Amino acid sequence: MDFNSPTLEYSLLAPILIILAGALIGVLIEAFVGKTRRPVVQLSVALAALVLALIQVIRIRELSSTTAAMGSVVIDGPGLLFQGAILIIAIISIFLIADQDNFTSSPAALPGSDEERQATQSGTVLTEIYPLTLFAVAGMLLFPVASDLITLFVALEVLSLPLYLMAGLSRHRRLASQEAALKYFLLGAFSSAFFLFGSAYLYGYAGTVSFAGIHAAVVGGTGNDVILLLGIAFVSIGLLFKVSAVPFHAWSPDVYQGAPTPITGFMAAATKIAAFGAMLRLFYTVLAEAQWQWRPFFMVIAIITMIFGSLVAISQRDVKRMLAYSSIAHAGFLLTGVIALNKAGLEASIYYLFAYGVATVGAFGIVTLVRDSSGEVSDLNRWAGLGKRSPWVASAFAFFLLAFAGIPLTSGFIGKFAIFSAAYESGATAVVIVGVLSSAIAAFFYIRVIVLMFFTDATEDGTSVVIPSILTRLTIAISLVITVALGVFPAPLLDFIKPLAIFIR
Amino acid sequence: MTINWISLTALLPLIGAVLLATLPKGAELRAKQFAFGTTLITAASAIAMAVQFQRDNTNLQFVEVRSWIPSFGINYAVGIDGIALVLILMSVILAPIVILAGWNEAQGGRWSVKTFYILILVLETMMIGVFSATDVFLFYVIFEAMLVPVYFLIGGYGTGERSAAAVKFLLYSLFGGLLMLASIIAIYVMSGDQGGHTFDIAKLANLEMSSTTQNFLFLGFFIAFAIKAPLWPFHTWLPDAAQSATPGTSVLLLGVLDKVGTFGMIRYCLTLFPEASKTFTPAIIVLAIISIIYGAILAIGQKDLKRLIAFTSISHFGFITMGIFAMTSQSQSGATLYMFNHGFSTAALFIVGGWMIARRGSSTISDFGGLQRVTPVMAWCFFLAGMSSLALPGLSSFVSEFLVLVGTYTRYPVAAIIATVGIILAALYILIPVQRALHGPTTPGNENLPDLNLREKIAIAPVLAAIIALGFYPSPLLNVINPAAAHVNSQIGFTDPVPTVEGK
Repeated sequence: MDFNSPTLEYSLLAPILIILAGALIGVLIEAFVGKTRRPVVQLSVALAALVLALIQVIRIRELSSTTAAMGSVVIDGPGLLFQGAILIIAIISIFLIADQDNFTSSPAALPGSDEERQATQSGTVLTEIYPLTLFAVAGMLLFPVASDLITLFVALEVLSLPLYLMAGLSRHRRLASQEAALKYFLLGAFSSAFFLFGSAYLYGYAGTVSFAGIHAAVVGGTGNDVILLLGIAFVSIGLLFKVSAVPFHAWSPDVYQGAPTPITGFMAAATKIAAFGAMLRLFYTVLAEAQWQWRPFFMVIAIITMIFGSLVAISQRDVKRMLAYSSIAHAGFLLTGVIALNKAGLEASIYYLFAYGVATVGAFGIVTLVRDSSGEVSDLNRWAGLGKRSPWVASAFAFFLLAFAGIPLTSGFIGKFAIFSAAYESGATAVVIVGVLSSAIAAFFYIRVIVLMFFTDATEDGTSVVIPSILTRLTIAISLVITVALGVFPAPLLDFIKPLAIFIR
Repeated sequence: MTINWISLTALLPLIGAVLLATLPKGAELRAKQFAFGTTLITAASAIAMAVQFQRDNTNLQFVEVRSWIPSFGINYAVGIDGIALVLILMSVILAPIVILAGWNEAQGGRWSVKTFYILILVLETMMIGVFSATDVFLFYVIFEAMLVPVYFLIGGYGTGERSAAAVKFLLYSLFGGLLMLASIIAIYVMSGDQGGHTFDIAKLANLEMSSTTQNFLFLGFFIAFAIKAPLWPFHTWLPDAAQSATPGTSVLLLGVLDKVGTFGMIRYCLTLFPEASKTFTPAIIVLAIISIIYGAILAIGQKDLKRLIAFTSISHFGFITMGIFAMTSQSQSGATLYMFNHGFSTAALFIVGGWMIARRGSSTISDFGGLQRVTPVMAWCFFLAGMSSLALPGLSSFVSEFLVLVGTYTRYPVAAIIATVGIILAALYILIPVQRALHGPTTPGNENLPDLNLREKIAIAPVLAAIIALGFYPSPLLNVINPAAAHVNSQIGFTDPVPTVEGK
């Protein structure tokens, strides 16, 4: 029996490989570099890896539209756009993650123990976070370009496992953080199982795990439709869990609240891009011809996700939980892009994901700034009067909220317009109407926070805003500039996306 | 090189706002002077534009088109006809008056005086933009973005329940705006199916659509505008907002921003959906009449001066809407003129009312009394403003109200007759507060109220002068409005009913 060694197109896979190399170097640094110099070295390595990977993504965009690694990876326009977006988000958030105040110095110590106190007092900082972040990024880069179910599953695990860990590293309220990590892990494992189960069904249906093969089987239409339906359903559940669509959202408020805020921001933005990237590829290419099997189901999911996310967000008293429900609502808006199933829908989804991701990182960056003596304050009541004490921070947060609400002249508005018009074009009128109405509901709770910051007088035990470190400032400033620019002059990005946004099968 | 007058005029306040932001923190007086100067220059620029306007040319003028978001077919496209010109003139003339009249009204705010004037200037840019946009998307963007400065003006510088009023205003407007967005999305997709995505209003007017679609899309636009205008039953945000806002903000809110609603009905509802407009006309006329009567009756019952003015405006907007949807060239000319005149008469009422309130420290009508004797100039000004609001012949509002009623009568005689009841009620809602506040014995505590100072006299003089002058000689405005109104009417396929003489 002949055994050919697999061919790998290294230049096409380079972005992922660079990140993995950076992560491995990071692990070695943990072992060999002295404690005091570690933070700087780690940050430089992580940043260098991310920037190099981004440069490589830009360089290979002309070479795109081809498969790599024996057909298990597809490097096409959308794939590269997703990779670029993930890398940009990661670069913005790495500055926030570098602000070490947010992480516990010894994750292994029991919360409240002497050991923990000593570690905190000794000023030890946690630098393992950088390699963990890079591993997660590598998984995210692979996720939207994976072209068979096994690679997709591997990418899913590579991106998830570091995130489970990172969610448990909060310095303050460590018990809540660990609980969040455990919850995330258990439910994540559960959904991975669903995903794998669905993959098995799809394999049973098509006799292959490659996307091209499944697509051929769907087009051929000779297989057993029940098995196809089951496969689609279970794989969808796995993916919908990652984007926290209702009813697979239960983990997200707790995890958003418990995880260290920079991680929450990174996770909320980058995971969403990766997961929607994979979802768009799967449903736009492989299962496009089976749309009668999944589109009605997705319409229902989108509608309940938008309504549920918007309605429940109203009653939240914690800013991180509020943002979690808002991200659920946004997952619903993004699902309308999947439902659209046309080129406009793909372009709109890419734009929306990027705009939303950037604003999310910025918003969570601001959340890290609002503190009292015992750490971050996420109780909304204590945000009252923030506009008086720190007008710039409050204004920036207000602007991100307006972007989430989709007020014109912010990036969120263009995204919403694009994605709803694509969905309308595909005939999903009901989904668009629900989307518009839930945008109105969503506007209500965003505005309530603005009222709280600007029009409510501070309570006595008011919170203070820490002077942001230069790193955090960088994150917020970059996010703010991108959000404004994408709102006023979206044309360059839209024009950039347009010729690239074509999936190859 | 040709000057893009619209962009120039719209940019001036924005540049002023940016420069204002660089002023040092404490320089309040400088900020006021600077803002006032900016609005004066803007007004001069707009008047220079108006002088060059060719009034018999029914095409859009001063057209400027630049590509903005080509992948959606969105342009920065501006241009004005007579209707837009008149409304822009009203906005830019009111802006300096508002600043001068309310010289000290930013003092009680949550934020600095400087911020107040930055918000006002940004708002002025948007006001000019919203009336001149000829790209539906651009219009929508400005229409929604305008809410933000107004929201902060009400919530930050108002009185009483200001934040609640600001939120109510914002949520009502956002809700309407999102309905409009749904319609805009539908139009956009349809334009893509019929020859390429565009938002150019002239091209969109030729879209083919089924009457059901047209009805739904019309409603999306109309409800947004009816909330803005505001028309009964979408009006409940207005009295609260007007009561809480500073007088200057109220002038801009009722005088200019609400006109965006009625302007939008002409420019978008009628032009884009002529068939649906005809279908809904009876219902809208009924709503307009209810607004006229309901607003008037509630105005009579108000104890608060600002709320009273707000309810009179609801009544006036009923007249304007009726004039628009009566769809005769007279009624539409009248409605446009009404928008202009209402801007000035409401401005006069709010400005003088605001002075009375600031002096007395209360906005309850019964706290005033005998002001005629104590502060004769202020009392006369209020009286004149009131007379303008009830459309006394010889004052500007009379001409417009008359035109609306005559124009409506030729097509909907019953509606016109019922609407005249509104005129009688108007006499009541104006004369009762005039009598209580100005005449009779001086209420204790009011003996030493100061009369208007020079600044205030200068501020109110042009408003009152305009009210009187346009009452006797409205033709400069009508000459500009009439061709535009006739053009709108012919575009949507309406001809004026020919008067018939019965019995022959």
